[in-house]
Amino acid sequence: MLASPPIISVSNLSKTYGSGFKALNGINLDIRRGEIFALLGPNGAGKTTLISIICGIANLSEGSVSVGGHDINKDYRTARSLIGLVPQELHTDSFETVWATVSFSRGLFGKPKNPAHIEKVLKDLSLWDKKDSKIITLSGGMKRRVMIAKALSHEPQILFLDEPTAGVDVELRKGMWDVVRGLQASGVTIILTTHYIQEAEEMADRIGVINKGEIILVEDKAGLMQKLGKKHLKLYLQGKVDAIPASLAAYNLELSDDGHAVIYNYDTKGERTGITSLLGDLRNAGIRISDLDTTQSSLEDIFVSLVRAP
Amino acid sequence: MNFRAIQAIYLFEMARTWRTLLQSIVSPVVSTSLYFVVFGAAIGSRITEVDGVSYGTFIVPGLVMLSVLTQSIANASFGIYFPKFVGTIYEILSAPVSYIEIVIGYVGAAATKSIILGLIILATAALFVPLHILHPWWMLTFLMLTAVTFSLFGFIIGIWADGFEKLQMIPMLVVTPLTFLGGSFYSVNMLPSGWRTITLLNPVVYLISGFRWSFYEIADVSVALSLGMTIGFLAICMTLVWWIFRTGYRLRN
Repeated sequence: MLASPPIISVSNLSKTYGSGFKALNGINLDIRRGEIFALLGPNGAGKTTLISIICGIANLSEGSVSVGGHDINKDYRTARSLIGLVPQELHTDSFETVWATVSFSRGLFGKPKNPAHIEKVLKDLSLWDKKDSKIITLSGGMKRRVMIAKALSHEPQILFLDEPTAGVDVELRKGMWDVVRGLQASGVTIILTTHYIQEAEEMADRIGVINKGEIILVEDKAGLMQKLGKKHLKLYLQGKVDAIPASLAAYNLELSDDGHAVIYNYDTKGERTGITSLLGDLRNAGIRISDLDTTQSSLEDIFVSLVRAP
Repeated sequence: MNFRAIQAIYLFEMARTWRTLLQSIVSPVVSTSLYFVVFGAAIGSRITEVDGVSYGTFIVPGLVMLSVLTQSIANASFGIYFPKFVGTIYEILSAPVSYIEIVIGYVGAAATKSIILGLIILATAALFVPLHILHPWWMLTFLMLTAVTFSLFGFIIGIWADGFEKLQMIPMLVVTPLTFLGGSFYSVNMLPSGWRTITLLNPVVYLISGFRWSFYEIADVSVALSLGMTIGFLAICMTLVWWIFRTGYRLRN
């Protein structure tokens, strides 16, 4: 299958603020049409800066970005009209009604009036009965949905959700993910940032990790899940070994605890874990075991080890 | 040209005006009426004619200008500062709109509002003093030019300001004094010659003089100079706005 061109292509993107702070450093990233891409990273990693540049809110310092094949500077009109943005903070016009503010967004993006579309968006987001309410009277979760409705008002092909579920209760979060899945089914590409690794795991097709202004990993979720399937068996020894005996070389054991323990990595999803034969071979080699312990690496571990790496 | 975006911004801003009708329209009308009572009726009755018109009539164009200047700046600066302050500016910046469209939307709405206000004040003035306008089209031209120019100026202040204090500072410390000293309540010719020369450095003198000429054909400086200076200020403000958007100054950091 021929891969279709990426819907967003970021190349060598750097951003240095006036203060001299380098928020992004040589970012290269392609977003595929129709996928849900989760951007993970600790606070201050550059997630919001990256989104702000793609959406036109901040100027870039170096590099280039194209959206749907249109350069975000040279052809900003077409590029921006493809994007709907839901920022992290709840920025709303308190005194406007829900209907007015969502209609305003559609006009701002140059689209002709279409009450039927706005009605559908509001109904999908369970906001229809609030359409004539002033935004100031709504709860935080509703305001968040109003912002999503604004972003969807002009029928974008790409939706950016910056920390969409921060401060949203569990029930509502589920509802929001249903909406996101529905959008993906209708062909919308979705890029979301999140702190919640579980969320990325549940929702995303691909996951990117950003830290200190650099993309340090982009992988299919399936690939990451495979890494997740790895388990570690730690065997505490009765004595101390200086080296792994040659007869055990096939197991790729690692020495640990100054030779008082060995670690065996295996795949729980594999047909054979090799544990039984390992134990047998250890006995044959004259190594006695005092205790054992198994651990599983989570996406969280991978994430933490990635962002902590010097 | 994204006309729908211009329309959306314009209507959004006008909706804000109707929502805040009391402070937008009623309070300037009340304060102008007070000026008429104090300067026109109370003090004005003791002042003989200025340049052949009664004092109460003489101050009408100046009072209209005073309101148009301050309201244009207040409306336009608040209109763009507020979205920056509450964060809703993100949507304007991420929308497929050019800076010209943003300016037409915001400045157009602010200018419309102050023109309406100017006409309301004029109507209010007609209740207090006999009014005659010799050149109504020139009057409207000066009114519109001034409203647009100072709305642009207000827009610039709104972008420059990073706090409510700065938002108030220029109108309070610069514009109000310049307007009072710009011949709203007196003819520049009434000043001693030294002060007169200094006064001619005040840009507001030209605005008020031209505007007053369109009413009574009396002016402190020639009409051509008034018109030229007004258009000159407009050009300066437009250049500044162009620079702001080109560099992203205080908008796209």
